[in-house]
Amino acid sequence: MTTTSRRAGGPRDPRRAAKAATISDAAETAAAAVEPTAQPVEHAGGSMVTTYREALREAHREALRRDPRVFLMGEDVGRYGGSFAVSLGLLEEFGEQRIRDTPLSESAFTGAGIGAALRGMRPIVEIMTVNFSLLALDQILNNAATLQHMSGGQLTVPLVIRMTTGGGRQLAAQHSHSLEGWYAHIPGLRVLAPATIEDARGMLWPALQDPDPVLIFEHGSLYPLKGTLADPPPEVDIEHAAVRRPGRDVTVIAYGGGVSKALAAADLLAAEGIEAEVIDLRVLRPLDEAALLASVGLTHRAVVVDEGWRSGSLAAEVVARLAEHAFYELDAPLERVCAAEVPLPYAAHLEQAALPQAADIADAARRTVSGDG
Amino acid sequence: MTALAQDREALLEAGAPALLRQMMRIRRFEEKCAELYSATKIRGFLHLCIGEEAVAVGVISSLLPGDAVISTYREHGHALARGVPMESIMAEMFGRATGCSRGRGGSMHLFDASRRFYGGNAIVAGGMPPALGMALADQMNDRDDVTVCIFGEGAVAEGEFHESANLAALWGLPVLFVCENNLYAMGTALAREHAETDLTARAASYGMVAWAVDGMDVLAVQEATHRALAQVRGGGGPCFLELRTYRFRAHSMYDPDRYRDKAEVERWRASDPIPALTATLLERAVASQAEVDAWQAEIEAEVAAAVEAAEAAPLEPVSDLTRFVTSERGRG
Repeated sequence: MTTTSRRAGGPRDPRRAAKAATISDAAETAAAAVEPTAQPVEHAGGSMVTTYREALREAHREALRRDPRVFLMGEDVGRYGGSFAVSLGLLEEFGEQRIRDTPLSESAFTGAGIGAALRGMRPIVEIMTVNFSLLALDQILNNAATLQHMSGGQLTVPLVIRMTTGGGRQLAAQHSHSLEGWYAHIPGLRVLAPATIEDARGMLWPALQDPDPVLIFEHGSLYPLKGTLADPPPEVDIEHAAVRRPGRDVTVIAYGGGVSKALAAADLLAAEGIEAEVIDLRVLRPLDEAALLASVGLTHRAVVVDEGWRSGSLAAEVVARLAEHAFYELDAPLERVCAAEVPLPYAAHLEQAALPQAADIADAARRTVSGDG
Repeated sequence: MTALAQDREALLEAGAPALLRQMMRIRRFEEKCAELYSATKIRGFLHLCIGEEAVAVGVISSLLPGDAVISTYREHGHALARGVPMESIMAEMFGRATGCSRGRGGSMHLFDASRRFYGGNAIVAGGMPPALGMALADQMNDRDDVTVCIFGEGAVAEGEFHESANLAALWGLPVLFVCENNLYAMGTALAREHAETDLTARAASYGMVAWAVDGMDVLAVQEATHRALAQVRGGGGPCFLELRTYRFRAHSMYDPDRYRDKAEVERWRASDPIPALTATLLERAVASQAEVDAWQAEIEAEVAAAVEAAEAAPLEPVSDLTRFVTSERGRG
């Protein structure tokens, strides 16, 4: 029942297409329809215009070409072209052995990824959304993250699991949550959140080189994101946070879909003479604590943006680290901008009200600077 | 004499004494573990397979070195039959650095990658999905190794069983599913948890060959395993064996065993695989009482040595607590 209902309500179901297409940055259907070919447009001068989705696809293509041990499996990654069209065209190029459609059996195919990794392969498992990943949580926590320790170091699990996360697309309470903070709680996992086209293009290969399991969270609103990418694309690391906008007055820490909102907030603040430094966490586990402390050491104020619920959130972990290690640097109480504590609702106005917005982030930043003598 | 009996005859001649000795070894090891548990040398959960030795020995003696085994939390017998040294298993029970999982796993999580023994999974049915993946890797690389996935009948009620059975059959994976049906999922009897108690019918519904075997007869188990392996190794897709057996002891050392009729336990004890095979071998003069006595003495000595070594073995230093969480790149 679960499977049929979610399939029927899936993000690329044509019955939803008209509605989805009316929501900005929401429409997987529309996005896939306007960019059916996989090839980015090349420009003179060593860069190309592309999208987050195409960048992910190119990353897969590169990995599949470079390493014969790499294969992709998940629901509808092959014939359908990927539920978010990331793998469109890969089946035709790499064949059914390496682009494997699976049954709707999250636990079985995620666990199969673990077994294949134990046996020397470099699998990429795609799970349609983070909400569905809960059906595979046993495998991710009890096996992928645990086998190395439980076996006294005999086993390693070089597995990459990709999944969509986040709200803003009117997909309601079983397709929209941001649960990456839960995964960032688990020792043994590396958790990544590419927020830019460069990271969408660059994070997969180093993730595949990691001897341990890596989870990659792709915010659903980012797939249609357009931008330029250097050619050849730059190598990126999967260790460090990045400063996306320098500033001296307040540090705004965000990740994934929150980064663009933080940058929009920084624009609002700049118009008022407040210079916000925007940090993109990029790696949710292990946290790049040094980068956070360095920035807060300069600005003495921090706002943490998280689409997860506030209670027990990743944002809670970040502010705890700042409180532990930067307490005497702080000139104002730490601020958090998180999702409202409700299952995400369908109606656009309610959903938008539940999610962190640029205006909320700007308000929080203003509070940190206003109390300062 | 029927064809089956002739086969048995051949098996007896070939390897039955070794099978008996291995069952005796597992039995004695576990009896010692129970003693050591009572003496608080071993802690945590301890699940004994006493009564089920014919399954461990019959199945695992049939494998090749390249085959993989993924087992459950009741896996001492499987590990011993696979050749994991008794000393390293006992040291693991003691939580020592020389244990086969360096004291991180304990009784429920015995690992030996060099023998392709992958635990020791204490989430019922949780070992099945990784078994598929190992088999998939072998299939994709044209290797003829088989992955053997051992679980209890309780696992058949788990979603992971059904997901895994379907996927294995769909992709024709070289997996041998070994269901140790000891009639109780912890304390819940088969008929109290399964609407359809014919487990082979349920496995067969996924399109794989499945049949049930007397799990108290090591020769029948070995014979069935050989047949199943021939199919799986030959590219015939997964196979499901239900081995009907019984644990003579409680579920774990914590279990007061209130849910079983004592008379039922006694009835099953009458088909204890060890005395039955001993009698057969003596009767047919395949082994002598002196040989059996000599094996018992060797086993006693092996167990005693394992305990002594475990007692003397070092503990992992606490400074190494957080090792093996992520890989040690660049570590000296």
